[in-house]
Amino acid sequence: MSILVNKNTKVICQGFTGKQGTFHSEQAIAYGTKMVGGVTPGKGGQVHLGLPVFNTVREAVHETGADATMIYVPAAFAADSILEAAAAGIKVIACITEGIPVRDMRKVKAALHQHPGVSLIGPNCPGLITPGECKIGIMPGAIHQPGAIGIVSRSGTLTYEAVHQTTLEGLGQSTCVGIGGDPIQGLNFVDCLRLFEADPATRGMVLVGEIGGQAEEDAAAYIKNHVRKPVVAYIAGVTAPKGKRMGHAGAVIAGGRGTAEEKYHALEAAGVHTVRSPAEIGARMREVLH
Amino acid sequence: MNLPEYQAKALLSEYGIPVPPGRAAFSVDEAVEAADELGGDSWVVKAQIHAGGRGKAGGVKKVFGRETLEKTAGDLLGSRLVTHQTGPAGQPVNRLLVEMPSVVMRELYLACLVDRALERVVFIASSAGGMDIETIAANHPEKILKAVADPVAGFQAYQCREIGFALGLKDKQVAALSRLMLSLYHLFSARDLTLVEINPLAVVADGELVALDAKIQVDDNALFRQKALEELRDATQDDPKEREAHEFGLNYVALDGNIGCMVNGAGLAMATMDLIKLHGGAPANFLDVGGGTTADKVAEAFKLILSDRKVKAILVNIFGGIVRCDLIAEGIIKAVKEVGIEIPVVVRLEGTNVDKGRALLKHSGLKIISADGLTNAAKLVVAAAKR
Repeated sequence: MSILVNKNTKVICQGFTGKQGTFHSEQAIAYGTKMVGGVTPGKGGQVHLGLPVFNTVREAVHETGADATMIYVPAAFAADSILEAAAAGIKVIACITEGIPVRDMRKVKAALHQHPGVSLIGPNCPGLITPGECKIGIMPGAIHQPGAIGIVSRSGTLTYEAVHQTTLEGLGQSTCVGIGGDPIQGLNFVDCLRLFEADPATRGMVLVGEIGGQAEEDAAAYIKNHVRKPVVAYIAGVTAPKGKRMGHAGAVIAGGRGTAEEKYHALEAAGVHTVRSPAEIGARMREVLH
Repeated sequence: MNLPEYQAKALLSEYGIPVPPGRAAFSVDEAVEAADELGGDSWVVKAQIHAGGRGKAGGVKKVFGRETLEKTAGDLLGSRLVTHQTGPAGQPVNRLLVEMPSVVMRELYLACLVDRALERVVFIASSAGGMDIETIAANHPEKILKAVADPVAGFQAYQCREIGFALGLKDKQVAALSRLMLSLYHLFSARDLTLVEINPLAVVADGELVALDAKIQVDDNALFRQKALEELRDATQDDPKEREAHEFGLNYVALDGNIGCMVNGAGLAMATMDLIKLHGGAPANFLDVGGGTTADKVAEAFKLILSDRKVKAILVNIFGGIVRCDLIAEGIIKAVKEVGIEIPVVVRLEGTNVDKGRALLKHSGLKIISADGLTNAAKLVVAAAKR
């Protein structure tokens, strides 16, 4: 078992014939993901990487039965692509694109209320992977291993760090979700924790947070009341200065709020096993599971 | 991106929001010219920097007569203004705003921003204008009014009236506030803003409302479709190194420590800084070289780190995902040779083709300290910086 995607998930790529779309579709196919085609408006009817290209997502869904998509279109067109996928009946939308204007994401989130069955992952994220079954995104497949840990993270390379460590510890991962670093995003920590708590294959969870916003505090409140499986958490940005954007648009400590310390406090009060060093995520998970 | 006050006011004015008559000036002559154009015999001279707390720091002065104006403008231009928001180095004053003074009856606070949790545009208002909103929130939370815009229907006139009456405004003033807030909402959406703060919003002698000070933040991600706003960027207010980094597609933020960091990914870059601190060191910078790292980018990153004289050692921490470790290693070797680095460099590589990468570093003949594991890397670089 896993969450959101598995070996039966039929995946398409929006921005399929572009450089990014091509490269990461090749990687996904090589990993064993059930890719069924892609969309590039104006290139419908062509064959790319041995798969059919469609002009619209609606057409792709009709012809292939696709239920998930990964989006690699430029930022200016990403909101449109997300809404096109949702309207066509796609259930899992992973938007890898970074740099989408806040106004576009406000519009997208308001419109997605009309599609309650849709899970948007991202934008500005590495995507999601169920090891050995389905890779939708830019993460390196080789470091993953099928297993028992659900990983949810706001950061890309830091997710790889958590994955690498849980693999070395022999724990493996059920599913890993990179929820992205933008201020307005699709699935949040709480959404993913809820799914992992209900997933029989997941024995423990790793939460990788960072400074800015209130998502970790919300996660802490949810864990306290609803999560019985052990959670290990690491928060990046203890040393970050105030008011500076640290790479991610969402990672700004505003007016003294959203600090790493506040987040650690909230998580510890909720019974979460926190680590102050990003190198101890895997070891701590092994300890709490044994 | 932040807009200085005079540009923020020009934008407000474009959308029909009243601001005091004023002119921007880049020199003493222009300041005098501005005063002549405005008329009268007293003016307010305001330093145009991207930070609050200017009034207390001496960056806002009311002057009487042309001679005082000349002297004040001369003193301010070319100086560095230090406020509680600028840090000890302050920010350079290259522009002034010369304005007609207003007779203020009451000072209100009004802001429009994106609420991350609600994912909507909200208005914040308070009768306690002139103070920091953080101070109001801490001391008088009951004085903060909030209204949320519906993402489909937009912001409504009744919401403006509710705020107006709650602020204790009279009929005509409530109508004026409603016009102002609806225009502001329109401006906010049309120009991809993430924050507009009008503080104070003054009720002036004739009962009208005027934006006495204004701060505007534009969404950096939307500059591609807001060319007119992007052209307003005042590069002198940015850190020169952060600007240079931006040109090479690097994310750089200067810090106070002596250990330079080069990392791929923003989260891992922050984590690396934390790890250095945890093991008794102090990071000199945040530097994210990004996903598609090339040898050239690595070289630029080294140059940037070394331009900070405080740096005593460098930690390179790369988790090769899609980028292969052997390519990164080649980049590091090339950069170390080209740039001529004299201080210790600790490299931690992990991920795709890590063995090839480590072998390249080992046989390069360069004094690169190879680390296995995050903790080991942090300990090695902290020790190296102390030597």
